Amino acid sequence: MSAATGGRPKAFGGFFSVAWAVAGRQVYKYFTNPAFLAPALFPLFFFVAFAGGLTSVGDVPGFDYAAGYIAFQFVWALLQAVAMGGAFTGFSIASDFENGFARRLMLAASDRRGIILGYTLASIVRVTVTGTLVTVLAILTGMPISGGYDLFGLIGLALLVNVAATLFGAGIAMLMRTGQAGPVIRTPIFLVLFLAPVFVPLNLLEGWIQTVARLNPFTTILDAARGFLAGAPTGVLPAYAIAFALVAVFALWALYGLRRAEKAGS
Amino acid sequence: MSSASLGVQVTSLARRSTIRTLRQPAVLVSAILFPLMFFAINANGLTAATKLPGFPTDSYLDFAFAFPLVQAALFGAITAGSDLARDIESGFFDRLSLTPMRPSALLLGMLMGVVALGLIQGVVFLAVGLLFGVNIQSGIPGMFVLILFTVLVALAFGGIGAMLALRTGSVEAVESAFPLFFVSIFMSSINLPRNLIEQDWFRFIATVNPISYLVEGIRSLVITGWDLQALSVGFACALALIALSLSGASAFLRVRVAR
Repeated sequence: MSAATGGRPKAFGGFFSVAWAVAGRQVYKYFTNPAFLAPALFPLFFFVAFAGGLTSVGDVPGFDYAAGYIAFQFVWALLQAVAMGGAFTGFSIASDFENGFARRLMLAASDRRGIILGYTLASIVRVTVTGTLVTVLAILTGMPISGGYDLFGLIGLALLVNVAATLFGAGIAMLMRTGQAGPVIRTPIFLVLFLAPVFVPLNLLEGWIQTVARLNPFTTILDAARGFLAGAPTGVLPAYAIAFALVAVFALWALYGLRRAEKAGS
Repeated sequence: MSSASLGVQVTSLARRSTIRTLRQPAVLVSAILFPLMFFAINANGLTAATKLPGFPTDSYLDFAFAFPLVQAALFGAITAGSDLARDIESGFFDRLSLTPMRPSALLLGMLMGVVALGLIQGVVFLAVGLLFGVNIQSGIPGMFVLILFTVLVALAFGGIGAMLALRTGSVEAVESAFPLFFVSIFMSSINLPRNLIEQDWFRFIATVNPISYLVEGIRSLVITGWDLQALSVGFACALALIALSLSGASAFLRVRVAR
């Protein structure tokens, strides 16, 4: 790392060189260990189970998603895959603290904020692969793609969800600095994903889950993402506003975690 | 060694197994809270499915009630299998082999622990289900049968957990089987009746998956009443799984003791 070996470079250069080095190491680790595909396993499995087993739910009166039930489930599975990709990056950070690597990294980095960016960039690379895997499976199982250029809107939302989940996980991992951060990162993400209109659109939900899903910001993102895939974008501005807001809030959260880790002398 | 002393050995190890489980809050969360959470989300999220023509009940809560029972049995099996594997990894199993205690007592003790956990889970889920409005068509006698069914399912999964533990002797290997178990639950008729599954390939998997028949046996007590066909097929499936898994576990136990 140049910051470690060539004296202290300018702050801005240090920030990016640290980020680049951390991202490079993480990406190398991913591609030399098949376990990097782990975040895709559960979304793939849920996609197969729900899109395969529940197709007839698309025949329920009032189910009006034009692209069909497989596409309806695909969007949720894709967003789950990218969110879990973020969570798994959090696990990696926690593991790096546990095995002592993070301590050496923090000593060497000229601008430690670059560490957060580095992990985030690596997380994006990881979910590009896992997201592609989920998409290929969906296409193989007969998912129609009717969104055209709107699909870029879906990809944009998926990236923002990944970045937000990564920053959330990074904050927790840097605060706890132990492998026990795993469930603390995973459980809230899992709950947010499931307390949304997973099986049917919001208007077909009933009771408490409809109330919770309506209040869940992820519902707006999910609805917009499904609209992009169907070629009928809806609620795009609120969805992007929420996604950017989540990224901003969790970026501050990750920085707070970093400061706490610095104070703890990790 | 007399059979009475074997009974004492099994009881001691069953108590050890149960106390060890109850002392791990994370395990209790997995065994009780996660199945209830999934039940609450699935039952409410899929209420609209009851509007499908031919759906057997107008309450998805009743339809989905088999889910936490089967899922809890799965968690119990993984926990018990992991504990047994941990005993092997830590050397407890080897030390036990040097004492007059029979190795089979360890297996039976572990399985009794699974039965105890299954019983606790069955009673807790039944109480929570009734509290939230699940209507058991087979009445109070059906509730006892339902708990018996849950215990048998827990024992069947527990036997599979024991097989894995004795075969591999590795906690990691047992826990890595979790996704496979989890997938097998979802690739059954857990979410929709088989006749309403549209995709042929999925219906085929659900039909050959024994978990469908365990689920349908439990479900029949809740939504139908006393459906002798569903119950007899369900019980036969549970007993067959128990016989197979325990035979396999016993065989692996003999191999491990002989080493």
